[in-house]
Amino acid sequence: MNDVRVTEAPIPPPLGEGDRAQHGGGGFSFEASPCGGLSLRVRNTAVVFRPSGALWLAASRTLVVADLHLEKGSAYASRGQLLPPYDTAETLRRLEAEVAALSPAAVVLLGDTFHDRRSEDRLAPDHAARLAGLADGRRLIWVVGNHDADGPRCLPGETADEIALEGLDFRHEPQPGQRPGEVAGHLHPAARVVAARGSVRRRCFVTDGERVILPAFGAYAGGLNIRDRAFAGLFVRSPLAGALGPARVRAVGWRQLADD
Amino acid sequence: MADAAGLSADLLPPKFQAWFAGRGWAPRAHQLEMVAKGRTGQDALLIAPTGGGKTLAGFLPSLIEIAERPPANSPRGLHTLYISPLKALAVDVERNLNAPILEMGLPIVAESRTGDTGIARRQRQRVKPPDILLTTPEQLALLCAWEGARLYFEDLRCVILDEIHTLHASKRGDLLALDLARLQQLAPHMRRVGLSATVDDPEVIKTWMASHGPNAPSVSFADTSPASGGGTHLPSSSPVPTGEGDPEGVEGALVRHGPQSIALVRGPPGAEPIVDVLLSEGRVPWAGHTAQHAMAEVYDVIRRSKIALIFVNTRFQAEFAFQELWKINDDGLPIALHHGSLAAEQRRKVEAAMARGELRAVVCTSTLDLGIDWGDVDLVIQLASPKGASRMVQRIGRANHRLDEPSRALFVPANRFEMLECQAAREAIAENRLDGDPPRVGALDVLAQHVMGCAVSEPFDLLELYDEVRSAGPYRDLPWEDFEQVVDFVSTGGYALKTYDRFRRIVQGQDGKWRVRNLQIAQRHRLNVGAIVSPAMLSVRIAARGGPNRAGRGGRKIGEVEEGMLEMLDPGDTFVFAGQVWTLVGITNLDVLVSPAANKDPKMPSWGGSKFALSTYLAKRVRQLMFDQSHWAVLPDDVREWLEVQKDKSLIVGEDELLLETFPHRKRHFLVCYPFEGRLAHTTLAMLLTRRLERLGIGPLGFVCNDYAMAIWALEPMDRVDLDALFDQDMLGDDLESWLQESFMMKRAFKGCAIISGLIERRFPGAEAKTGRQITFSTDLIYDVLRRHQPDHLLLRCARDDAATGLIDVARLGDMLHRIAGRIRHAALDHLSPFSVPILLEIGKERSPGDAREMILADAEADLIAEATQ
Repeated sequence: MNDVRVTEAPIPPPLGEGDRAQHGGGGFSFEASPCGGLSLRVRNTAVVFRPSGALWLAASRTLVVADLHLEKGSAYASRGQLLPPYDTAETLRRLEAEVAALSPAAVVLLGDTFHDRRSEDRLAPDHAARLAGLADGRRLIWVVGNHDADGPRCLPGETADEIALEGLDFRHEPQPGQRPGEVAGHLHPAARVVAARGSVRRRCFVTDGERVILPAFGAYAGGLNIRDRAFAGLFVRSPLAGALGPARVRAVGWRQLADD
Repeated sequence: MADAAGLSADLLPPKFQAWFAGRGWAPRAHQLEMVAKGRTGQDALLIAPTGGGKTLAGFLPSLIEIAERPPANSPRGLHTLYISPLKALAVDVERNLNAPILEMGLPIVAESRTGDTGIARRQRQRVKPPDILLTTPEQLALLCAWEGARLYFEDLRCVILDEIHTLHASKRGDLLALDLARLQQLAPHMRRVGLSATVDDPEVIKTWMASHGPNAPSVSFADTSPASGGGTHLPSSSPVPTGEGDPEGVEGALVRHGPQSIALVRGPPGAEPIVDVLLSEGRVPWAGHTAQHAMAEVYDVIRRSKIALIFVNTRFQAEFAFQELWKINDDGLPIALHHGSLAAEQRRKVEAAMARGELRAVVCTSTLDLGIDWGDVDLVIQLASPKGASRMVQRIGRANHRLDEPSRALFVPANRFEMLECQAAREAIAENRLDGDPPRVGALDVLAQHVMGCAVSEPFDLLELYDEVRSAGPYRDLPWEDFEQVVDFVSTGGYALKTYDRFRRIVQGQDGKWRVRNLQIAQRHRLNVGAIVSPAMLSVRIAARGGPNRAGRGGRKIGEVEEGMLEMLDPGDTFVFAGQVWTLVGITNLDVLVSPAANKDPKMPSWGGSKFALSTYLAKRVRQLMFDQSHWAVLPDDVREWLEVQKDKSLIVGEDELLLETFPHRKRHFLVCYPFEGRLAHTTLAMLLTRRLERLGIGPLGFVCNDYAMAIWALEPMDRVDLDALFDQDMLGDDLESWLQESFMMKRAFKGCAIISGLIERRFPGAEAKTGRQITFSTDLIYDVLRRHQPDHLLLRCARDDAATGLIDVARLGDMLHRIAGRIRHAALDHLSPFSVPILLEIGKERSPGDAREMILADAEADLIAEATQ
C-alpha cells in the first residue's frame, strides 16, 4: 500500500481556527478537513468524508463511491416517464472531478453502480468511454450490488462481491447486526435536521466509529432517512451523521435528527 | 310580464309558465333573456347577484330544449354539461335542479359526477349518459381523455360554466378552456354559457370563454361601455344575431368567434349591501392580525344575529378566532369551525348542521367563499383585512340570498393600516368598483397535459390540433414554435440530447397522425389528470397507545395540514387544531400524531401570513385615502391622529409617490417604505434590495414585510444611498434572475409544472420499492440536473413564469417600480415614525439574508461541538 500523505485538492473554504480543532461531540472524534470534508477514524483507519459523498482513504489513496445508479433516467423513460437524460453525465462529471482532485490509486464502486441490468446497454458510447477511462492507470473495482449483481459486461476493471483494504471490509449491502470495520452503501442514508427556521434534508454519511454507510453518489438516487428502521441495530451507539452541504460535510449528532 | 328587452313569459312553454305561477313566481327578465339566447343558439355570459335565480337561468334553455324535443328511436347522448369549480357545488346544484324537473314532470335525467361518485354510477354514466351531467373541470379533462370521447359528446348542445370568475385566471382555467375547444370540435353545435356573480371586467371573461377562430380579429376592449342595471349589453361593434330559429342550418350567420360572439346578460342589481366597520371601544390597535381586541363585540353581534358567517384569511386565524369566541361564549351559542385542513367528514357535518339551521355562527376561511346556498345567513363578519373588493362582495353575498333585501356585513380591522383598508373596501363596494384578475396567457405545462389527453383519446393531426388549441382564449396567441416544443416535450421529453426517441410517449403513425404509444402510458395519463397541485398533506391523527414508533399507526383522523406547517414544533409542544388544543406526539411518514392536551395554553405554530395579497385596486384606494386629507374625517379619531402625527413627524405622500423613511433605532439603521403592494411583492423587493445593499457595503442584517410596508435594517446608515438607483427597475434583470435560480421557490414551482405536464406522476416523489421503504426521490434532484444540463428546457421556462407570477409577484413589483421611478419621497428621520410602528412590531419573524439552510446545518454542528466542550 502506498504510504503517501493526502494531497487534498485546493478547494479552499476558509476555515476558522475553531474549525481546525479536534472535536469530540457525541463521543465522536472528528476534524474538519481542508477539503471541506470530515476527517475521522473508522475502527482504526483514517478516512475522509468528502463533500461530494465519496469516501477517501488517504493511506492507500483509495476513492470509494456507492450507489451511482447510472442510467436511472433512461430506466424510467423506458417505462414512459421521461426524466431528463442527464443523470449519467452529471454523476460521471462529479466522479471525474473527484478523481482529478485526488489522483487515486484505486477507485472502488461500491455496488448499484448501474440502476438495472440493462443499464450498461443503454449507456451512451461516450459515457461508456468515460467510465472505461476511470481504469486508466489505476485499479477500478466493481463491488456488485443488488441492482447490478453481475458486474459490468464490457467495461474494464475487477469485479468483486466484497474486498478488504486497510483493515476495512467493503461490500454493497450492510450486514445485519454490528460489523466493526465494514464500509457499505445500499441504504442511501439521508439526514433531516429541523430548526426553528425550517428544516433541511441532505444525503449523509452515517457512522458509529466502527462501521460507515456511504450516501448514494448518483444524481437521481433518492435518500432514506437514517431514523428509518432499516438502520436499526447496525450501530453500537447512536451514530454520527455527516450531512452533505455544497462545500462542507457537517457533523450532526443523533439528537438533532428528525423523521421525515 | 315583460321587461325592457320586450321579452315576455310567453317565451316559456306552458308547462314552465305554470310551474312559475304555481310557485307564485314570475320569471325574471334575465331568465327570459337567457331562454331567448338559447333559442337562437347564442353563447351567453350571465352576470347576476346571488339570489337572483342565476343557476336556473343557466339551465332553463336546456330544460326547455330537452323537454320539447321529439321522442327518439335510439338512445340520445349528453345534451348539457355543467361545470362547477367545487365538487360540493355540483352536488348541490344537482339537488336544486332536480326539484323543478320533478315538479314539472320533465323527462330529463340530471346527474352529478365527481371524484366522490361511486364507481357503478360512473360506469353507467359512461354507457348510458344522462341528459344533463354536472361535474368539475378535472372530471371533464378525464372524460376528454377517454377513448370514445368523440362519440360521447357528439350530441352535446350546451356547456354551462358556473362561478366562472373563480376559474378563468388560473391553470385550472387554462385546462378548462382547452377542453372547451376540444368539446367544440367534437360537438360543433355546442353553446357556451357562463354564470357569474361578481365580475369587474366581463370582457376578460368573454375573451376567456369564447371560441377564437383562426382569423379572429385581435381583441379590442375599447368599444365596451359599462352596462347600467339590467338588460342586454352587446358591444356596439358586434352585429345583432340574425340566425333566428335555425342555428344549425345557418351556421356562420351568428358571430361565431371571439368575445363578440358572447352575449352579455345582466341580472338586476341586488339591493345595496350594508357594510359597517367595527370600531372597538373607539380604538384601533397599532399592529396584529387577529383582531383579538374586538372579540367581545364580535360575540355580541353574533348574539344579535340569526346566523353569522365569520370570514378570516388563514386557517390559523380561524382556529384562533374560534378559540377566542368559545372562551367568552357564556350563552353556549352553537358556533362552528370550517376550514380546508379539517377532515372532509367534519366539514360536511358543519355544513349539514348549517343547512338545518342548527348553528348560530361559523368561523371559516375561503372554503365557504363559494356556492352552496344556506338560506338564513343574515350577517357576514370579516375579521382582519378584506384584501380585495371582489372577494368581499362574494363573501358579503353569502348573507341573505334574497335579492330584494340588502346583505349585511361587518368589517373588523385588526390594526390601523387595516382600518384604512376596510374603509377603502367599504367605499369601493358602495361604488360597485371591483378588482379583477388580469387576463392570463395559457401555461405550457397545462397544454402539455392537454396534448397528451388528446392523443390518449384519439389520434390527432398536428396542424388541426394547433388550430383547435388556438381557439381557446388563453392560447389564442400561442406561437407555432411553442406548440411544437410542447408536442416534442410530450413525445420525447424535449431534451437536446435525443436519447429517448425509442421511448416516445406519443408517436406519429403512417397516416401522419399522432397517437399514444401504448395502453400503459394512456392509463398513466388518466391517473394524473388535472391542474391542481396541492402541497403534500399530512394527516393529523390521535396517537394510539404505545407511542408513535412502536404502534406505528395513529387513530382517528381529525384533519390534514400542509407538510412543513408543524415544523416549528417539537414533540411535547402544544398547538390548536380543529378547535382543540393538542400535544404533538410525533410525526411518522404521513401522519402527525397528537394527543389531547391538558394544558389549555397552547404554544401556537405560526401558520404563515395571509394567503391572499392585498389587491392592486384596493391598494390604490388605500393610497388615495391616505393622501386625501379631506377624506380623513371618515376615520376613527385615533387613526386620524396617527395620520396627523405622521404628517408632522415624517411625510404623507401623493398616491403615486413612494414614502421612504430612514432612521436609527436600537443601534441599527432602518429603511422603511410603504408600497402597499402585498407581502409577496414586498418580500421580493426586500430580497433584491438586500442584495444591492450588501454590494454597497451597508451590511443589511434582516428584513420584515407585511401587505403595506417593508423594513430593512443594517449596520450602516442608509440616508446617503442613492435611492433612485437603489430602486431602479433594472433590479428585475440580473439580480432577480440570479436570486430566483437559487431560490427554493423555483424548485417548488418546478415541482408543480413537472406534475401538471406529466413529467413526473402525482404520487412521485414516490417509493422505489426497496423492501417496502420510502426512498424519497425529490424533484429537486431533477431540477438541479436539468438546470445544469439544459437551462433552456421548456419546464424550466414554465417554472420561472410560475414563480414570477404566483410566488414572488414580479409583475406587480415591476409595475410599482415603474410607477414610483423618480417619485421617491425620502424622509431622513432621527427616530422612528408613526407609520413604521406596525411593521417594526412584526420584527422577530424576520428572515435573515444568506443561506438559511446552510445555517441550520452549521448550527446543528455547533450544538454538537458545544455539547462536547461543556
